[in-house]
Amino acid sequence: MEAARLSQFEIVAREDFSDVTYLLEVRHPLMAKAARPGQFVIVMAHERGERIPLTIADFDRSRGTITLVVQAVGKTTREMQQSCKVGSTLHAMVGPMGIPSPISGAKKVVCVGGGLGVAPIFPQARGFKEAGTYVIGVLGFRTKSLVFWEDKFRACCNELILCTDDGSAGLKGLVTEGIKRAIAKHRDIDEVVAIGPPVMMKGCAEATRPHKIKTLVSLNPIMVDGTGMCGGCRVKIGSEVKFACVDGPDFDGHLVDFDDLMTRLRRYTQVERAAAERWSANCRMKDLADPAAPAVELLELPDPFDDVKGG
Amino acid sequence: MAKKKTIRTIPQERTPMREQEPRARAKNFEEVACGYDVGEALREAERCLLCPDQPCVSGCPVGIDIPGFIRKIGENNTRAAYDVIAETNLLAAVCGRVCPQETQCEEVCTVGESLEPVAIGRLERFVGDAAIREGWVNVPHIEANGFRVGIVGSGPAGMACAADMAKAGCEVTVFEAFHQPGGVLKYGIPDFRLPNGVVDAEIENLRRIGVRFECNTLVGRLFTIEQMVDELGFHAVFIGTGAGYPSMLGVPGDSLNGVLSANELLTRCNLMRARDAAFDTPIPLGKRVAVIGAGNTAMDAMRVCLRLGAEKVYCVYRRSRAECPARAEEVHHAEQEGIEFHWLTAPVAILDDGKGGVRGMRCIRMELGAPDDSGRRRPMPVAGSEFDFEADQVVYAIGTNANPIIGQTSRLKLDKRGYIATDESLATSMPGVFAGGDIVTGAATVIEAMGAGRRAARGMKAYLGLRDAARAAGGETLFGIDLGERNFVRLRAAA
Repeated sequence: MEAARLSQFEIVAREDFSDVTYLLEVRHPLMAKAARPGQFVIVMAHERGERIPLTIADFDRSRGTITLVVQAVGKTTREMQQSCKVGSTLHAMVGPMGIPSPISGAKKVVCVGGGLGVAPIFPQARGFKEAGTYVIGVLGFRTKSLVFWEDKFRACCNELILCTDDGSAGLKGLVTEGIKRAIAKHRDIDEVVAIGPPVMMKGCAEATRPHKIKTLVSLNPIMVDGTGMCGGCRVKIGSEVKFACVDGPDFDGHLVDFDDLMTRLRRYTQVERAAAERWSANCRMKDLADPAAPAVELLELPDPFDDVKGG
Repeated sequence: MAKKKTIRTIPQERTPMREQEPRARAKNFEEVACGYDVGEALREAERCLLCPDQPCVSGCPVGIDIPGFIRKIGENNTRAAYDVIAETNLLAAVCGRVCPQETQCEEVCTVGESLEPVAIGRLERFVGDAAIREGWVNVPHIEANGFRVGIVGSGPAGMACAADMAKAGCEVTVFEAFHQPGGVLKYGIPDFRLPNGVVDAEIENLRRIGVRFECNTLVGRLFTIEQMVDELGFHAVFIGTGAGYPSMLGVPGDSLNGVLSANELLTRCNLMRARDAAFDTPIPLGKRVAVIGAGNTAMDAMRVCLRLGAEKVYCVYRRSRAECPARAEEVHHAEQEGIEFHWLTAPVAILDDGKGGVRGMRCIRMELGAPDDSGRRRPMPVAGSEFDFEADQVVYAIGTNANPIIGQTSRLKLDKRGYIATDESLATSMPGVFAGGDIVTGAATVIEAMGAGRRAARGMKAYLGLRDAARAAGGETLFGIDLGERNFVRLRAAA
């Protein structure tokens, strides 16, 4: 079975975009071959870790790697920020999961990425570009210093609209401003694909609704197995209940009940916060022993209702 | 040689199995039933008449030579008893615990016609536990035949099929999507019924006969069934991915936080070890938990909630106790531990606490009408009987639907409910690809899945043109194996 002699989940490259956002490139040749835009993986950092879903930010078939961009917001992702070094291994990475995004025959699309969604929108933008589509990229960051992958996006977008909350780079404002600008300029947009925090995707869906532009969003609810078995990731799509892991993760943004999604994302907020605090306290104790190590600032977990932006 | 036993000479009472005291066990995850010691096993073995008809063997989905192994226990030769069981079943410790013997071997036991039937399940467990404790493994002489078999899913169906194909000389690889093998035996059945250590020991036995396990592999998405056959060089494939996809009730409040499927609750607790502070996965802890449904999974979920510290756990079921699908023993255990049963009660809405959580349930009383398709009397709502029920967590254990992944990613023919369509030999619409267990039949039991795994293995051997090694050697070890196998010829279907 040499062909399926599977990965050890070795981390072959890492890049830090900011204090909280980091990129991991994991060797898994078979998965790199199978992955399509829009799919995700489930990762376990260590044997006792939790299973966390992460959207595939890139895949490189020649290098045989999967790229993940992680935002250190909870215990697991912050722990990974410390432990995931080049040459180290993850305990598990399974995927690619979910139905690949349809790279439709659209002539003109807008690919929107905000915050955590900037990385996963990339394979879609590239996929559309490769299919000959006119691609307008809209990226949202909090501020200029958090901007990453601008070059990568420029290479696969016919137009790129960069938005920052404070106006320090590109357009001042949210990605919805970028969408409005794109719609104003192009009357013939076939499709909008948006990935980011739920509240951002909700804003995007509202921005396109009056124009009746097909809008796909990628949902990332809480999951355990990622194979349709637990139902933890159920979402309301119009009058139906769907499981994001096997029926998605892409859904029609005009049908998604975002308020329901955001409420469900808060399920473990308290437990997660407590776990992060415990972990952080533990690290500080270690820091005392090692005065060279900088103290770890405890980040507040983002509330899904907040407009989380930029790495 | 002992003199001939009769129904009058054998011990009349079934040997009871010691159990943890209900109050104590409701607070821990240790096994409820402690198992027989040697004396108890000998006494119970004495109750078997070793009757010539052996109805129990045909009552067993995998056809274990039941009188054969009981005879060996009676001779105080547990090792030999293990050898007999291992001929047909490598998972004695698992099956002894979770098979519904009362509707299988024990139901048709000759002794059972006038007395309580022989406690076959308990005796099997006794042998299985001894084997694990003593480290017995029967590694048969296996002659490699060069065929490669891929098995999708490492639950009971996949494990049983893997065992048979490995013993037949095939190079077997089992693919599992989770990070640990075992399927429902690991994520579903809680430790107090089946300790994960027992499952691991059985998996280790499979490894020793050459079975390879590849975890973290989502077949269908990482590679497809078609690719397994066309590109990855598997001569035959077995799909045993289980049903999985849990049903939701479809009432208002379904999506509230505090409502979850039994699958999610059990997976967090059993596989992810959420109950242990050293593990990172969180688990919702309800104080007053209502579990909807009354099958074995519902019983497991209720008893897990109790052990996680719930003050009150309710079972809410729309039919009456008589129709309840769980094993009588499980209902009895749950009752002993203090689960409160609300028969003939159906939820009509889950009530919101205003913060996205659950404050209670609105239920309606039911009464039984004429029999429905399942042969059970149909529950009908009693008009105007709604009442509210306080609860802060609701667990759905109302069944599962077909997992869609294989259907989404292959051209395999499915039935109208989305399960994989197979013929009698469990062959699917694709040559060389077999399927069995819940993904074919819908939710069933562990042993039925194992039976299906073995049936598929027979079909697979026929397809590959393999003669059964045990059969070629002859002898009494052939019990339970399809006689048609004698006619196998070395005729491999054109690849």
